[in-house]
Amino acid sequence: MTQLALVIDLNVCVGCHACVTSCKEWNTSGSAGPLVDERPYGADPTGTFFNRVQTFEVGEFPNTETVHFPKSCLHCEDPPCVPVCPTGASYKRKEDGIVLVDYDKCIGCKYCSWACPYGVREIDEKSKVMKKCTLCVDRIYDQSLAEIDRKPSCVKACPTSARLFGDIHDPESNVSIAIRENGGYALMPEWGTHPSNHYLPRRKTNIKIHEDELERADNPLKVDGLLPKPAKSEPSLDDITSW
Amino acid sequence: MNPAFSVIFLTTLIGAGQGLFLALFTLQSYAAFGLLPKEADGFYATGSLIALAFLALGLVASFFHLGHPERAWRAASQWRTSWLSREVIVLPTFMGVVFCYGLMHFLHWKPQVATLPSGVPVDLSDLFGIFGTMLAFVLFGCTAMIYACLKFLREWNSPLTVVNYILLGGASGFVLAAFYASVAAPELTKFFSGWAFIITFLGLLGRIASLVRNKRLRPKSTIQTAIGVKHPKIVQKSVGFMGGSFNTREFFHGKSEAFFKMLKPAFLVFAFVLPLALLAASFSVASAMLAGFAFIVQYGGLLAERWYFFAEANHPQNLYYQSIG
Repeated sequence: MTQLALVIDLNVCVGCHACVTSCKEWNTSGSAGPLVDERPYGADPTGTFFNRVQTFEVGEFPNTETVHFPKSCLHCEDPPCVPVCPTGASYKRKEDGIVLVDYDKCIGCKYCSWACPYGVREIDEKSKVMKKCTLCVDRIYDQSLAEIDRKPSCVKACPTSARLFGDIHDPESNVSIAIRENGGYALMPEWGTHPSNHYLPRRKTNIKIHEDELERADNPLKVDGLLPKPAKSEPSLDDITSW
Repeated sequence: MNPAFSVIFLTTLIGAGQGLFLALFTLQSYAAFGLLPKEADGFYATGSLIALAFLALGLVASFFHLGHPERAWRAASQWRTSWLSREVIVLPTFMGVVFCYGLMHFLHWKPQVATLPSGVPVDLSDLFGIFGTMLAFVLFGCTAMIYACLKFLREWNSPLTVVNYILLGGASGFVLAAFYASVAAPELTKFFSGWAFIITFLGLLGRIASLVRNKRLRPKSTIQTAIGVKHPKIVQKSVGFMGGSFNTREFFHGKSEAFFKMLKPAFLVFAFVLPLALLAASFSVASAMLAGFAFIVQYGGLLAERWYFFAEANHPQNLYYQSIG
């Protein structure tokens, strides 16, 4: 079984919104028709996006960290939005686990958006159907593209490589290794939706240096206790000559 | 959640229609066992017509909720998994049964199909009445389960939701029956208003129970589980856009806190307390005005109750949309 998914590294994301704009650009230009964009240059712009980057401040000044948090459909392994759909327009593909909406069957009742705890489904208020991230299903299998381009648009756009794409059911895939080795986690695990997309936490690289790593305890020059001269606590020749 | 008026009217109108049908068949059952004098067929036929009108109005209202009403027929396909799909199937079926039931009474065509051991004859309209009664309860169940099955909308995810849809729809229908009887068959007013009083009172208890339950709920999802960062103090600085989106409009009622707080006592008074007082008064003073007034006041109260029911539900997605920034 294949389960395609994104792994988003919060340690690397700089919140530039390149994934948001490239997602919108790709998905508004596809054969499924444009994504609605009302008053884009007006006072109150609104529209449908598959991907949003949100910003959270963690901690209290001065000990704060700014976390940029990209949010799109998590392609849950047990998606609560699918069984509630009365028409079968919402479905999860068996072959790769992508959760999709058939825009020709959707009646626009919005029930699936109520059933998604993550708020990643956005209705298209012009075409009156529910829309959501497709993992660029019209791109990742396109044989006319170079193999390196057969990735979701957001992944291609990310300037810091904060977005990884692959099969989380393959233990040797880049995403599985990233999740396993960098503490990847799922959002709102309390609802048992088993999101496929994972997030990698903020992490700091700490190096623990022991004393004996700075100075060899078994340095042969020190074995007799006479060398080095002068002793480390005394001014060295360099100190003297620099007077 | 942001209450949609199409859904508010759908649930309250079909609730009244279902309740009225249940009231009619309650009367027919009483009469069949000789507990009440047999009522003329015309009473049932017109009553069924009124119930059908309410159900049809609800059905029409539901179409306003859809982005593509012309595809609504597709909604019958996923009955295996979706309560909404089940409702879409049961509602027209129920309407068909109510229509047949009314038609049988209208045509006085009620062939006897069986006799109970006690000697009570059972005719075809009785069978349709029983079938319709079962469907009315199934429909209440489907409508309520649409909301009660969403486990992370914890205000709805409770058996009380189903109980209250049954009681509130039933109360509304029996009050409507009392009003109808006070116009068409005054001697039955007390029978219906008595039942209406009991069901409205039970509805009050059920609704208070769910209000108490919801007040004690503590959210399972927090901003920490939403973004997966373990820190007691997390503040959202940006939702990712400056204008609004579907997510900022659909999941919040958008009214002031004061309005929301005021609505709770208001619907308790209009949907329960006032109708109970009016029904009690109608026991001593026989007046069509009283029952009619009780129905209108209660229907208004139930509209407010349904609005509050939707607005009260706090969707976990709102954790991601706290500050436009």
